[in-house]
Formats: sequence, C-alpha cells, structure tokens
Amino acid sequence: MLPESPVSEPGLPGRQFQKVCEILALHQHQSSRLIPILQAVQEEYRYLPEEVMTYVATSLRIPPAEVYGVATFYAHFALAPKGKHVLRLCDGTACHVKQSIPILEALRAKLKVSELKPTTQDLMFTVETVSCLGACGLAPVLLVNDQVYGQITPQRACTLVDEIVAEEQVQ
Amino acid sequence: MTLFVWQDSPTEATLAESGRAYRELADVAQRRVVICAGTGCVAGGALAVYAEFVRAIEAAGIDVVTELKAETPPTSNSVHVSHSGCQGFCQMGPLATVLPDGILYTRVKPGDVAEIVETTLRTGETVERLLYLDKQTESRCRGVAEIPFYQAQQRFVLKECGIIDPDSLPEYLANDGYQAACRAYTSMSPEEVCREIERSGLRGRGGGGFPTGKKWDLTRIQLDGQKYVICNGDEGDPGAFMDRSVMEGNPHSVIEGILIASRAVGASEAYVYVRAEYPLAVKRVRKAVADAEAGGLLGDNLFGTGLSLRVTVMEGAGAFVCGEETALIASIEGKRGMPAPKPPYPAQSGLWGQPTVINNVETLASVPRVLRMGVDSFRAMGSRTSPGTKTFALTGHVVNTGLIEVAFGATLRDIVYGVGGGVTNDDGSGPAELKAVQIGGPSGGCLTVDHLDLPLDYDSLRGIGAMVGSGGLVVMNQNTCMVSMARFFMQFTQNESCGKCVLCREGTKQMLVLLDDIIAGKATPATLDLLDKLARTVQKGSLCGLGKSAPNPVILIARLFREEFLAHVVDKRCPAGRCKALVAPHVIADKCRGCGLCIKACPVGAVTGERREVHAIDENLCTRCGACAKACRLGAIEGV
Repeated sequence: MLPESPVSEPGLPGRQFQKVCEILALHQHQSSRLIPILQAVQEEYRYLPEEVMTYVATSLRIPPAEVYGVATFYAHFALAPKGKHVLRLCDGTACHVKQSIPILEALRAKLKVSELKPTTQDLMFTVETVSCLGACGLAPVLLVNDQVYGQITPQRACTLVDEIVAEEQVQ
Repeated sequence: MTLFVWQDSPTEATLAESGRAYRELADVAQRRVVICAGTGCVAGGALAVYAEFVRAIEAAGIDVVTELKAETPPTSNSVHVSHSGCQGFCQMGPLATVLPDGILYTRVKPGDVAEIVETTLRTGETVERLLYLDKQTESRCRGVAEIPFYQAQQRFVLKECGIIDPDSLPEYLANDGYQAACRAYTSMSPEEVCREIERSGLRGRGGGGFPTGKKWDLTRIQLDGQKYVICNGDEGDPGAFMDRSVMEGNPHSVIEGILIASRAVGASEAYVYVRAEYPLAVKRVRKAVADAEAGGLLGDNLFGTGLSLRVTVMEGAGAFVCGEETALIASIEGKRGMPAPKPPYPAQSGLWGQPTVINNVETLASVPRVLRMGVDSFRAMGSRTSPGTKTFALTGHVVNTGLIEVAFGATLRDIVYGVGGGVTNDDGSGPAELKAVQIGGPSGGCLTVDHLDLPLDYDSLRGIGAMVGSGGLVVMNQNTCMVSMARFFMQFTQNESCGKCVLCREGTKQMLVLLDDIIAGKATPATLDLLDKLARTVQKGSLCGLGKSAPNPVILIARLFREEFLAHVVDKRCPAGRCKALVAPHVIADKCRGCGLCIKACPVGAVTGERREVHAIDENLCTRCGACAKACRLGAIEGV
C-alpha cells in the first residue's frame, strides 16, 4: 500500500515531502532505483533525515532497515546535516605523499572541528577527507563546495576559509 | 545535426561521408584554438580562458566559431574555438593549443588571451613567454612534439583525447567514429567479434588483465535471453584518473566500445557506472549517450539490423569496493555494494541473475580502435603477452605529473625519468633520489630502484608480487617513510572493507593496530612476525579482490624495505624523520632561549647547555619521560 498524502511534522513541512514524492514518481517507485532516489533526496535536504528514509522505504515497499543499510554503506550519504560550505580535502595517495595531512590539521584547528565532529557549531562549515578526486596532477587538492583548488598549502586553505567567512558577512 | 547524411540507419559509408563533410568544413577555418577543459585545467580557470578567447577574437574583428555547422559554414578568416578533454599535462594547465601551427601555450590566464590573439592569430608568431620551458635544456618548446613529457609517450587510447571536442558527436565521426561498431553489427557475427578481440590479445585494463575476447565469449555462449553489458567507471584507486580522463575527453569512444561489446555478447541493455566524485565525466557521458540516441546510433534497429541497445548512466555513491564486479552489480540493483562469491561468474549470472559482461572504461575505449586499425597493427604495439598501450596517472614527487600513455614493455626508468622528467624533493625542487613507485593503487605494490629497468606488463609485475592495477603510478622520494605509507594503504582498505568477511573486516583493523604500534615505537620484533602472519591469513580468508589484495602493500613494503621496518621496531628510529613518535629527542634551535628550565626538570641529566645558549639533549641518556617538554614554556622540545 502506498503511504497517505504527505505528512506534516514540525521541522519537516509537508511541502518538502512533496518533493520526495516527485523524486519517487520520477523513478516509478522502483526499489532498484533506491540509490539514485537517495541521491536526489540528499541533493534536496543536504542530508538524509530519518523520517524521509522511512517515508522512502514505505513508498518503495521495502523495510526501512534496507534503506538505512544502503544509506550507511555508501560514503556519499550523510545522516547528519552538513555545513553550508563543505570542504573536502583529498587524501588520495598522490595528495598524501604531497603532504595533505598538515592541511587537514590546519583546517580542523582553524574551524575547531575533528574527525568525529566534522561540522562547525553554526552549521557553516564541514571538513571531510575523500579518498581521491582524480585531480592528482594538481596534488594536494581541496574541494570547496564544487570548486577544485589545486596545489594547496595550509596557509592557502585557511585563507580560503577566511574569504568564505568574509563573503558570508557581506551577505 | 544536418551534418548527418543518413536518413534512417547509418551505414559505414554514410558515417564516413558525415566525417568527411565535417573535416572539410573544419579545414576551411584559418585556425583552431583548443582549450583543455579536463578537471585539472578547469580548476586552474580554463573556462574563463575559453570565454575570453571567444570574446577577444570577436573584439579583434575575426569571425569566431564555437560549433561547426553546415548552415553557417566558417570562412577562411574564421577561428574555431573549442574545448577538449584532458591533454594530460595537468600541472602546466590551463593549456591552449593553436592548430594547425601546433603551438601549445601553458599556464594561460585570461589576461594572456588578447596577446595570443594579436600575435598568433593575426601574424602566426608565437608568444614565447607562454611556451613550455624545458628546464634541462633551458629552451622553450613550441609544441607537443618538442616537449619531453609527450615525446616519450605513445598515445593510442588517448590519441584524440585532448584534441576533439568531447561534447561533439560530429567531431567523433570526423575521426572515423562509430564505423567499427557499424561493421561489428552489419558484417560480423557475434562470434567473429569475440574471435577478433581475442586474437588481438587485448586484456582488461582495470587491473586483472583477463583477456577481453575470452570474457565476451563466455557471456556470448550463454542461453539467449536478456544479457547486460556494464562499463565499470568506478575508478576508486586513489592516485588514478585514467578512466576519468577518457570519459571526459572522448566519451563516444567508450559508447562505441559498449556497442561492440553488446554486439559480441548479444546484450540489449547496458550500464555505465561512474564514480560520484567525477561529476564532469557523468555529465559528458550522459550528453554523449543522448547525442548518440538522437543520431540513431543507440536505441532501436541499430544500423538497420533490428537489434537494439539502451544505455543507462548511473552515478556511484562512494564505495571503493564497488569496483569489484559482483559488488558493482549489487550497487546497480540498488543494494549495499557487497561482493558475492564466484562462481557463479557474472558471465553466467550477473545483473538480475542474467549473463553480464563487465569491462573497464579504458578496455572499452580500446575496442573500436583495435577493430579500426586491425589486429596485427595492434599486436605490433606493446609486449608479446600484453599487446597495446596502457595509460598511467603519473603523480607524486616527479617533475611532470599528469596523464600518460606508454606501450606495454616500457620500463619504469622510461616513465619516471623520461616522461616524468625525474624525481623531486617535497617542495618540487630537484633532482632528488627515487625511493619507491607505488603501482596499482592500495592493493598493488611498490617498485624500487631495483626495478627501474624491468619492462612493465601484466606478467612481469605479477612475477614480483605487484600488479598493473588500474594504472596509478605514485612516485616517492627519499624523504618518504615507507612504514607510514604501508599504514596509509592499510587505513584506506580498512575504511573501504565492506564488512562481509570477518578476516577482511577485523584482520585489516588489527593489521592497522600493529602498524600503528610500529609507528608509535611500541613494537617488538614479534610484531613484525604477527603482522606477516595476519597479512597472509587475511589474503586467504577474504572473498573478493579487496580483501585478498589488501595486505599486498604491507607484505611487499615489509620485504623491500625490511631495514626501514627494523629501524622503527628495533632502533625506534624513523630514517625519513616522518614518524613523530620516533623523532630523536632534540631542542628546536629557533625556539630555545637557553633559560635552563629543562635542565632543572630532567631527572637523568640528559639536557645540557650554557645560559642564553641553545640547549641540547643527549639521546643516549634521555628516557623520553617528557619532563623537559612540560617544563619548556616555548615549546622548543620535540621527540620526547
């Protein structure tokens, strides 16, 4: 049985479930399309809220555990909200031998985040590592949102953060 | 689309005719400017350079053409401006090539464009300062033919990559595109296609090196019914970006390869699984699929045979293990990407239980070329057991980094010192001494100076316990700590272990703990034995390639760099000075003010020094209790 019309919950207005319904309809409610569905949902919310995952599971007529299982298996799915600006530092082999770790340490120290707590309190920044961005010729590489910065240094990484903060303040 | 001369279904003749029409059109323009728009150059601002070229040429009163069309043909005064996929020399990007002059400008900024337009496009002169400077001869290189980085390569799969516009189907047709696919469908039987590829000796470029023709034949002989072809673009090896460059630079060659593979096995549906970290590759492959469909090269009634093929592009979601065939299949089915036991092989029971063939991007991109040039010419390249060429991503401590392609049988020396231009220090200065080259990703192995003259191919590498892998080559200089590198690879495979097999899940974790002990100076010689034993157990007790090969780097590095491991374990010393815990206790001269607090704090009298002079620690007396560092107010003591 398909779920009832979108439910309204505090913090998750019905309007947003509307979007989930559209995504599900686009993929014809096929459970084999679970990964593209979750990708589209994450694009919308910037992470996968638990309620939405349950909603998706019911719509696809699969157990919520299966959706949760897929969501936790793949590195791209986030179960907690990410910051407005996501800084992804490449720690692939090429970047690693070109000293990417000091950059990571500098960014974490500057934004007061850690491996376990990658997002700043104000939800402005998230610092993550990725295994390879495939831009090894420019190592070490930092991805700020979708913009690639090559041959980065700890100082340059911190300057980029300052620039974003300054831009935010102007707005 | 008016350049397509066919009405219903294209034939070899009409495809060739379309290509000729496009080439004639292209030849009218006086010059062509190709701006590299691979990920590397785009990061350096190539798109702004492209826009500036269009603007500046127009401003100079020269007719500018960005897309060649029969309705609006160029004149002899026109300049054709286009972008291309990765030209390989990422480090020197953004790159701009002026044709037919063959001038390659490096590190082009939007501010340089007006000068190029005024000098090169108007008078044919070169802008010297933007040419590549060969540091060895101190001379400027005018074009690709003079640059050592390109001279030592043999570009086959990457031949058109970096020249043609990846978003343009007519341009691919102008390079004899889709003619091989047409021939496979119209004048060859599936069996003949398999035989031809088998005879060519083409082996899987994804790492394993399994003969492609044989793989196809195993799927072909399965009972009729739904069959699938999957193109594996889940290039997860850190330090490798060959497949990305092929998908970004020449996506139609991959699609033509998929068509031929589908003909060979009798598949009517195909998937391209691309890593999510490659948004540009996803975009270009999607566009290529849409254009091929619109041009009647994909879809129903292919080349008038009544056969059909639908291609779906799927984005991965970030799991290294999905590069493994059975895990990739699970991921396409919408499940957790966990490998399944083999047999049954995908050839018998793959996607949704149907016969499936999975090929790597580079393999598929090679296929149309093999058919086009003929088996004998293909076999003339490379070594006897590994014909053809291989693309490598050359990175790390080397002068020229980027995407390269050499024939199998080339030596490591050719690559590192020929194409790569030698080894550098951490800051990019050189020359430095070579310590190791990591090949084949985190499950591959390390090559050392002893292997410099070994001809590289599938079998020679297997012989020394390494593998070609997908083709990442990371060069490391003398300052690299090999124990830390072994730990780095272990950390990677540990993170990426899917958790299905206990030995892979837990064993890699324990191996990591042992390596951490070594790096922290807590290990004993027994640790090394335990590590070795555990490594071999993990190899035996894991289902898929990830677990089976996860211990490879550790085993190989521990064997090749035995002394370095022993230095960490027995002498508690890191020869490269990288492992913080093993740095000899010492005073940082710049910070020390000679206050004497550390002398007072040291319980064994290991610190000495005059007042107001830099102090020193006697390594042999020091017990590393840390009292001196605690007492120091300036943070001038390290390694205790």
